Amino acid sequence: MILLESSSTALITPDLGLIFWTTLIFLILWFLLGRFAFKPIGNALRQRSESIDDALQQAEKARNEMSQLQADNERIINEAKEERVKILKEAKEMREQIIAKAKEDAKEEARKETEKAMQEIENQKMAAIIDVKNMIGNSTVDLAKKVLKRELATPSDHEAFIAQEIEKLNLN
Amino acid sequence: MIHTKFKFFVSVLFIALASFVATPLVNAQGHGDNHNHKGHKHPHNHSGQNHDHKGHGKSNAAHAGNNHGDSHDHPEDGEFDVTGMIMHHLADANEFHVLGDFSIPLPCILYNRDKGKFDMFLSSKFEHGHKTHNGYKLDHGRVKTVDGSNFIDFSITKNVFTMLLASLILCLIFFSVAGAYKRREGQAPKGLQGFLEPLIVFIREDVAKANIGPKYEKFTPYLLTVFFFILICNLLGLIPFFPGSANVTGNIAVTFVLSVFTFLMINLNGNKDYWKHIFWMPGLPIALKPILAVLEFIGIFTKPFALMIRLFANISGGHIIILSLVSLIFIFGKMGTSLAGAAGGIAIAVPFVLFMNVIELFVAFLQAYIFTMLSALFIGLAVEEHDHDHAHAH
Repeated sequence: MILLESSSTALITPDLGLIFWTTLIFLILWFLLGRFAFKPIGNALRQRSESIDDALQQAEKARNEMSQLQADNERIINEAKEERVKILKEAKEMREQIIAKAKEDAKEEARKETEKAMQEIENQKMAAIIDVKNMIGNSTVDLAKKVLKRELATPSDHEAFIAQEIEKLNLN
Repeated sequence: MIHTKFKFFVSVLFIALASFVATPLVNAQGHGDNHNHKGHKHPHNHSGQNHDHKGHGKSNAAHAGNNHGDSHDHPEDGEFDVTGMIMHHLADANEFHVLGDFSIPLPCILYNRDKGKFDMFLSSKFEHGHKTHNGYKLDHGRVKTVDGSNFIDFSITKNVFTMLLASLILCLIFFSVAGAYKRREGQAPKGLQGFLEPLIVFIREDVAKANIGPKYEKFTPYLLTVFFFILICNLLGLIPFFPGSANVTGNIAVTFVLSVFTFLMINLNGNKDYWKHIFWMPGLPIALKPILAVLEFIGIFTKPFALMIRLFANISGGHIIILSLVSLIFIFGKMGTSLAGAAGGIAIAVPFVLFMNVIELFVAFLQAYIFTMLSALFIGLAVEEHDHDHAHAH
């Protein structure tokens, strides 16, 4: 300040020519830089920040989708596991069922076989009995023939003979 | 927040600087007064012109060599004319001194109001103030009329030249950067683009958007232009030789024009609320409203006026301090008669000048930032939408 006062007021007196040139130069500079530099730069900066925002949002979305996918996968795996357990259980049950049925069948078969065998035995027995009966019948007839062929004199002879024959028969 | 921090920092800085710069300034003042008194008495004498030839446009080093020659102008004091040298360096000039006796002549475009005639010629016609041309002469590097008639100097002066240079540099830089944005669309910034992007983004986001709000896009080209224009001019001013050394942003005409642009940006874009707040402040007793209207109306002009003075004073102040410190060498050296004194002066001046240059480098950025920030703040106040009346609690 001391310097300014002591020297002259030239320093704080705006020069008209310089005002003119400064105005002109600044206006041109403002126009040129604004039009050809700061506007495109501003647009580029805005676009870039928008694209960065976009990219971030998309990454977030992708991450969400990924976690969704992972959850899905997990669910599917769990379901598959359950399915497996179920299938195994069913298979086991079926096996047991089959075995049980087989056993049953076998038992039934055996029972049937036994029954059949018994029937056969019964049949054979019956046949044998019939045979025996037939044989007895025949023998009786034969005996009767024989008896009839002998002249039985006395009743005692008669009785003796019958007893004898019965004895024979019994021996058979 | 940031602003108050900066204010605090600047005030601390100012006090610190003022304390150790005070001594040389006081020393210089006495001799300076002496000389200037004489200078005003005989503004057109021959010795004055002779002095011009020796003194104008010299770099600091060149002054050292020329001071012997100067001394015969002021035989009674025989001292180094600190004030004259400093004032000369702060002022505009019609030729651009490069080195020694070599100066780049600049075109003089002069309009004599009294005679109503235009003159266009190169300042080399003056032969560094030795000759007059078409009724003009070169005094302290500036064109004057010989007969004292009224004229306007539309010359491409040192400051105009530097502004053109700054504009050229800015255009080259930013066209290339804009090209890089087009060429590398969507990619990460690289090189010059990567260097300037933080500054551009800072002005866009933290200055324009933070202070103006949603309408910031409209004002960013202006704010960016102002910021980089002031910054480049500040930085060019710190270069002590051609093509720098011009005190552009420390010239009141330049800061005046810049603040007028900010004034126009504020008031042409001011909305209804802005004018209402100036002329009929809501939420005040009716008796106070006219008083406040007067104050607010003055405020319309003081805001840009403060911008003008702040930039001018800060940059000029920085130049004065550096030049004063350099002058120490010649004061202590007693115009080359005391070698030991000169050595002492160098020992003191060189570290201080180095320190000051680093501070000035910071100030170059700081002042560009403050001008832009306050412009954005004032524009923001003018375009702000008021939703609630309780917001007027000031």
